[in-house]
Amino acid sequence: MSASDQPILRVRNLATAFDTDGGRVTAVDGVSFDVPRGKTLGIVGESGCGKSVTAMSIMRLLPRPSGVILGGEVLLDGTDLLQLSLDEMRKVRGKRVSMIFQEPMTALNPVHRIGRQLSEVFLLHEKISEKEAWNRSIEMLAKVGIPAPEIRVGEFPHQLSGGMRQRVVIAMALALKPSLVIADEPTTALDVTIQAQILELMKELQAEMGMSIVLITHDLGVIAEMCDEVVVMYAGRVAERGSADVIFNNPRHLYTRGLLDSIPRLGGKRKATLQTIPGMVPGLAEMPVGARFAPRSPHPKAPAYIASPAYQNKRPELLQIAPNHWVEDEEVVRVIKQEVSQ
Amino acid sequence: MVSPAPTTANGHPPASKPLLEIRGLKMHFPVKGGVLMRAQKQCKAVDGVDLHVNEGETLGLVGESGCGKSTLGKCVVRLNKITGGQVTFDGTDITQLGRSALKPYRKDIQMIFQDPAESLNPRHTIGNLLAEPFIIHGLLSAKERDIKVAELLEKVGLQASAADRFPFEFSGGQRQRIGIARAIALNPRLIVCDEPVSALDVSVQSQILNLLVDLQREMRLSYIFIAHNLAVVKHISDRIAVMYLGKIVELAPADELFANPLHAYTKALISAIPEPVPGGGRAQRILLQGDVPSPIDPPEGCAFAYRSWLPTSDDQKRQPGTFREVTPGHWVELHPGTVEDYEKYL
Repeated sequence: MSASDQPILRVRNLATAFDTDGGRVTAVDGVSFDVPRGKTLGIVGESGCGKSVTAMSIMRLLPRPSGVILGGEVLLDGTDLLQLSLDEMRKVRGKRVSMIFQEPMTALNPVHRIGRQLSEVFLLHEKISEKEAWNRSIEMLAKVGIPAPEIRVGEFPHQLSGGMRQRVVIAMALALKPSLVIADEPTTALDVTIQAQILELMKELQAEMGMSIVLITHDLGVIAEMCDEVVVMYAGRVAERGSADVIFNNPRHLYTRGLLDSIPRLGGKRKATLQTIPGMVPGLAEMPVGARFAPRSPHPKAPAYIASPAYQNKRPELLQIAPNHWVEDEEVVRVIKQEVSQ
Repeated sequence: MVSPAPTTANGHPPASKPLLEIRGLKMHFPVKGGVLMRAQKQCKAVDGVDLHVNEGETLGLVGESGCGKSTLGKCVVRLNKITGGQVTFDGTDITQLGRSALKPYRKDIQMIFQDPAESLNPRHTIGNLLAEPFIIHGLLSAKERDIKVAELLEKVGLQASAADRFPFEFSGGQRQRIGIARAIALNPRLIVCDEPVSALDVSVQSQILNLLVDLQREMRLSYIFIAHNLAVVKHISDRIAVMYLGKIVELAPADELFANPLHAYTKALISAIPEPVPGGGRAQRILLQGDVPSPIDPPEGCAFAYRSWLPTSDDQKRQPGTFREVTPGHWVELHPGTVEDYEKYL
């Protein structure tokens, strides 16, 4: 184990592509971030930005053979997960890093009892009897707040409500006390009052068990509520990353700012015109090498940049602008300074 | 539930007649089971709803999945065969009108669906999809239709050339624009918008919300806006109705509902919204216990009291609440389990 101030997970230049009929398309293009120990890092972005593919790449759960990791490092406590054999990776999954999926109905097997599915986690990784595994399943269900766990353990997924099913999925993910949990849109399928329950549960369990969380969501409200650190992804790349405070209160990428400005706020004026981000994300097959947000940027120099060779050839790096704040190093996608001082 | 008609029971008659009036609306679905697949139980999706929508107004309808908000919307468009109650549109009772008698009203009441990918036939060009309403109602010549389609596309922010393309060639946001173009084609007066932006990314969501607000001003449209995202509903609505297990539990002007929520469920819903402000700024979050009960055999009495954090006796839970106007325009279901110090409002 490394020192406690070392990040639990370091992702470096991760690149993932898919082979399609139309050729290879890169879905994640050089993504880097650190997950601090015991903290929650949020990855936010719109559909197709590569946030789920990033999670699947970390877990090595990409569809085969179409999904290919082109390069980079995923260092979990110093171990590069990308270098592990499939067998070794199987031992890591569940034990050291586990995953909570969006749709609990598809994450659970409909024909097996809850207890059998939970027991399997223990039986696969530990040498214990089935009876013992069953009892530990009941303990886990109690821990995630399922009432009457000794009855629920013998039921099937369809007998549980959506919120209860997500609790079961969380119980499975946390059963072996992994040091890192990746939660991909864990509350998107749930109603807002149930979402509040699940988020609260995740916070409680984190305080108790100390695991780190990577939370993937498109909901900036959930990010603000849960996360210490935030990565904003756009078109397969990191646009900006930093502490939740700087991302929400001093965003420097025009995309981050555009996202924040386009959400209707409870305190906002009704029927007032909302800010929008013009245009669309470029298609995966036609991604430029340069700053990918440029065509949608309101920056006055954006058209000139798009016409320049840099847009076709020069990939912007992440520029560190504060101890814990990085932004894509290309003037036309950054917030213009005067606007910040307002 | 004592449920007076919102426009007349408050003592003073409204300035003008509402465009749409819903009284005691019930929509029960038979739940089949047993060897003979006979109806054994009733799923009471909508169970006695009174609402009205004024001309040019947006009525927001919020609640969790299964509360009956979409079913209510479908009843208004008459996509469901209504079990009981009355739907009056512009003074005419349309509750039991047959197919042909209903046809003129189909022009006036339109619907926008959540998933534009599923509501647009993939085998038709956009031009065909948008011309269809005119063909069905026997309006305009082929040439006039082409001009009208181009106009409609422009109105929703698409290029006229889109008419020759197919739905799959468009992004989610663009498809929703096409869905909106189809809904406004016949100059309707009321559009039921069922979760129109919940499948869209936030940057596109704001574009569609702006479009809906612009169209409302321009065409004097009325909307019933159904959504689970309270911030979105508040943004677009003039009044908001909160629905729980087939019933309206609170109804108030949008700003009033958020400034002064009375029903325990409304309070919990508002407090559950994750706001994009790190560190909160929120008052104490109210966590509700458990899930919404099933609309099949709903609990006796006040359905929410079983889940409420307010102290109530079992005896009180079995008593139904009363729906009262507590301040002008602000209605709430009064019950010891739903409203703090409820006696003072009685």
